[in-house]
Formats: sequence, structure tokens, C-alpha cells
Amino acid sequence: MKYLLMIYTNEANDAGATPEEQMAVMTEYRAYTQQLHDHNAYKGGEALMPTSMATTVRIRDGKRAITDGPFAETKEQLGGFFIIEAPDLNGAIEAASMCPGAKYGSVELRPVMEM
Amino acid sequence: MSDASHEAARASVERIFHDERGRVLAALVGVFGDFQIAEDALHDALVTALERWPVDGVPRNPGAWLTTTARHRAVDKLRRDRRVAGGDEELVRLPAPEVVADEMDAMIYPDERLKLIFTCCHPALAQEAQVALTLRTLGGLSTEEIARAFLTPVPTMAQRLVRAQRKIRDAGIPFEVPERLGVGERVASVLAVVYLIFNAGYEAGESDDLMRLHLCEEAIDLGRTLVSLLDDLAESATVRLFMPEAMGLLALMRLHHARRRARVSPEGALVLLEAQDRRLWDREVIAEAVLLLDRALAARQPGPYQLQAAIAALHAQAPEAADTDWRQIAALYAALAEMTPSPVIELNRAVAVAMADGPLAGLMQLDRAGLDIALAEYHLYHAARADLLRRLGMRGDALLEYRRALDLCRNAAERAFLQSRIATLER
Repeated sequence: MKYLLMIYTNEANDAGATPEEQMAVMTEYRAYTQQLHDHNAYKGGEALMPTSMATTVRIRDGKRAITDGPFAETKEQLGGFFIIEAPDLNGAIEAASMCPGAKYGSVELRPVMEM
Repeated sequence: MSDASHEAARASVERIFHDERGRVLAALVGVFGDFQIAEDALHDALVTALERWPVDGVPRNPGAWLTTTARHRAVDKLRRDRRVAGGDEELVRLPAPEVVADEMDAMIYPDERLKLIFTCCHPALAQEAQVALTLRTLGGLSTEEIARAFLTPVPTMAQRLVRAQRKIRDAGIPFEVPERLGVGERVASVLAVVYLIFNAGYEAGESDDLMRLHLCEEAIDLGRTLVSLLDDLAESATVRLFMPEAMGLLALMRLHHARRRARVSPEGALVLLEAQDRRLWDREVIAEAVLLLDRALAARQPGPYQLQAAIAALHAQAPEAADTDWRQIAALYAALAEMTPSPVIELNRAVAVAMADGPLAGLMQLDRAGLDIALAEYHLYHAARADLLRRLGMRGDALLEYRRALDLCRNAAERAFLQSRIATLER
């Protein structure tokens, strides 16, 4: 079985953290990642940029709608994810538009943080 | 130098700067891929120009001078930052502008403003951010001016701009004229932003008159820049798709703007189209706009802006209100409703039908469109219905609708008009 772990944090608090605090959290995550590796449990993972960087794509009646911001509908829940490679946001939007999820629900795009 | 000549020199530098700004900024964003770096560099170049030009004279190609100077300043700064960050590479200051002056005069930077417009109006940015960013980067408005125009606190507007610039950089919004799939929606979003800026100035809002005039003129400038940039790229598929509507939009804005002096009475009240003093309309601007519209229509790719411009042209070309070709206007609204279905267009269509075929036909058209729910909170719907009922002699029903319109209306000039109608009916 594979599991996706979704990490929810308070972005406002995160943004207000001092460099020292950020460094401390980063160290914890590094240790945790190592732990997962040690147990052969690590399948992939990334830190995401904040929701202010998010773009949501949906297709309705064959028409594409692109909106600024994260997916905020509470009637639909996260059902899966892909990590893709694209040259820029336009490329990522093209890929998201082809995803069946864009028709059946919405696909939120979030740039992965470069570490 | 005396204070007066110093002031004159400063004013002349600032005028040149205003004209060149969009082009220089576009070139800098193209080089650095970062709006913040580009804006800071442009500011540094302005400071240098204010020092040098009054002494050395204005360079033959001020745009190239500003671009090169800004590039050098930004590169200096990036190197300095890198050094501060711990690198120990040799810090070489790039040559000061006068050293490369000759070389710069011959240098031609490509005009990349079209890429800048598309980037600022990317649909992954909220539309209010698209509008603000376009005014900031292409129009050169300050954050304070944009905040004032949209009645937004300055810190909110500043935050909106910073956030948008950051998203462009960090989410990877590319600096390019789209040629791929979905180009239609990209084009639509650019035109929508320009028209929004115009309407923010045109609609009698709460911001002051000078600011509103400034916004209208800024939008017209943007429209003109768009058309001229597209003219240079006439072979591209994007441009062929874009051009007739861009010309239609420019014609539409100019037609509205040509009537601005007749639109408000000396007391500041809104004057309805049929009551406007047509001698105050700018005939020269109208003639130019109609010519532009004819060129757009000749491409035979009709779109919503061309249709709206055609409607505005019919109004503008009627010597008196009674000469208006309402039947043709009603037909254009029908075509527009087909293309972009909207309750507001249906409302305007019904008003045109009423003018062509009488208030009863208009009222039937209005009620057939079933707008009572969609436009329940829209004062102009109730005002239009009130007017038709009044003309049919249905005084009581008309009064009810006028009062409903007055309840919903926030604009002082329009409120005064509605109150006067109510007073007349109550007499």
C-alpha cells in the first residue's frame, strides 16, 4: 500500500517564523525523512510554496477556467496527486487541463519549492 | 544651474522617462525575469539620468541609455548581493554609462511590451491584481495612485502588487506572447483588463474627477500601444486573432471618451445620452474612431468589442438623439447577446427595442428575457423598467420601480436623476 501524507500548517505562522525557527523545523524534517528512508518507507515528498502561489484549473462544458488561489470548495476532497515536470506555469496548466480530475473536479497547481 | 532651469531639466527628464518607461521595463523584465529587480533597476537609472542628463545633455536614444544603465546597475547589485552572501568572486563594476554612450546609440532593444502585457494579465493572477500590475508596469502609475483609483488602502494595494510580482517569479509565469493552446482566453483577459481600467475611469464612481480622467486616458494609451505592437507582428497567428478586437476596443473607448464633456452637467449631474449637448462631443475623435472600427470590421472577425463599438458609433454619428438608428442598435444588441449572453446586454437590447418600436415592445422584450431575478439588485434594470412603465402611462407601477432603483443606486448624480423623476410623478 502507498499512502499520501498531507501536511497542513498555518501559513501565516510559518511566514512569521525567524530564520532560526525555520532552520530548526527544517532539521526536524530532514531527520524524519532519514527515518522514513531507514525503514524503506520513503516514496517521495516535497515542500510546497504557499497557497498564494497556487493556481486552480477546471474544465466545464469543454471550457477551461483558470483562477488565482488554492482550491477552496469544501464539498470536494483531495483524491490524488501527481508530481509533474513542466517548463513553466503555462506548461503546468496544459498538463493540468488534460488531467481527468479537471473535468470531474478541480486541479490545484502548486509549485514545488527548490531546496 | 539656476533653480528654474534645473526644474525645467528635471521635468524634461521625467517626460522622456514617462514615455520610455514601459519599453525599458519590459526589456529589463525580459533580462532578469523578476519584476522587483527590474523596477529597482529602472528607478536607479532614473536617478542617474536626473544627475547626468541636465549636465551631459539628453542621449540620442534615451530608451537604450536607460535600459543599458538599468541593466548595469542591476548586475552590479546582483553581484554585490552574491558577494555579501558569501561568494568571494572579484567585484567588477560595469562601465558607467558615458563610457559606452556611442555603442548604446546604435543599440536597438526589441520592444517587449506585448510580452509584458500578457504576463501582467495572466489568468493565474486575480483580475484585480492583473489590473493593478498593468497600471503599474505599463502605465507607470504609482502604488498610491492605483490605490486611490480603486478606493483601496495603500498597504492593501502594495501587498497585492508584491504578491502578483512574486507569483509571476515563483510560480513560473513565463514572459512570452502565447502562441499555444488557449491563446483565445489569454487575449480575452488582456482586453478585459484594458476595458476594466477604462470603465473604472468612465463609470461615475467615488474617486475624484482627475483620477478618473487619468484612468480613461491610460486605458486608451494602453489600447493604442496594443494596436501598434500588434501591427508590428502582423504575421503571427495570435495577432491575427487579436487585432480586430483590439482595434474594436480602442474604437469603443475613444467613442465613449469623445462624449465625456457632455456626460456630466456643470453641476456634476449625469446627463443621459438623449439629453446630451452633442456640440460638446469631440467630432474629430469620433471620426478617427469610426475609421478605426471600419478597418477592424473589414477583417470579418466580429467580436464583442467591435459590436459594442458599432453601437457606440451609431449613437455618436446621429446628429440629434431623434436621428438615432435604434433598429440597427437593437439588431447589434441581439448579435451581442448571442455572442456573450448577459442580463445587462438583454437589458440594453430591450431599451433599444423600446426606442425602435415603442415602450410596449420594449417592456415585452424586457420581461421575456426574464431578468427580474438576475438583475433584481441592479438599479438600472429598475430604472429602465420604470421609464417604460412611465411612458405607457402606468404611473403607480412606474413609481414603485423608480423607488426600487433609488434604493439600490449608490451614485449621487444618478440618484438625483431618479429623485427628480419620482418628484415629477408624485406631483
